[in-house]
Amino acid sequence: MIRSELIEKIAGENPHLYQRDVEKIVNTIFEEIIEALARGDRVELRGFGAFSVKKRDARVGRNPRTGEAVQVEEKAVPFFKTGKLLRDRLNGKEA
Amino acid sequence: MGDKTLTRMDLSEAVFREVGLSRNESAQLVESVLQHVSDALSGGETVKISSFGTFSVRDKAARIGRNPKTGDEVPIHPRRVLTFRPSHLMKDRVAAGNGH
Repeated sequence: MIRSELIEKIAGENPHLYQRDVEKIVNTIFEEIIEALARGDRVELRGFGAFSVKKRDARVGRNPRTGEAVQVEEKAVPFFKTGKLLRDRLNGKEA
Repeated sequence: MGDKTLTRMDLSEAVFREVGLSRNESAQLVESVLQHVSDALSGGETVKISSFGTFSVRDKAARIGRNPKTGDEVPIHPRRVLTFRPSHLMKDRVAAGNGH
């Protein structure tokens, strides 16, 4: 499923909403999650999962093509942990 | 770094603010978006949200695990796990926002 299909599904269930509003709703939700992580905040969606930021230490990496050692700076990366309910559903256990 | 935890409520508040629906309807729409993503994943589908990231389901084989406390061997059954791969845009914004 891609973003536009998700938008179509929501629009189909909500015929009273304009298509452009449904687009805005879906976009706002994902945008809000990115903005929270960019501030260093967490987003916890019970049953679905939690988005957080993990710090990766600086390390010496290697250019895979040349084998040359390169310094990789410390960085912050997005991380997602699946919620229990969704993990159970993936394995056929309906709550 | 921020230390706040956002919840569904913050997402529906954003929808309320941006789209101008009632708070109640905004909350229902947030729930319905999460529900559709969960349904697709539970059905084994990959969910790809451009400029956000990709959720995909992977099958893990059975293996012998160990109870780290007692050292006992315990069978781990084959299972499906979800992985999230953030988009480049998300990675860049998260790195930039957290001082890198």
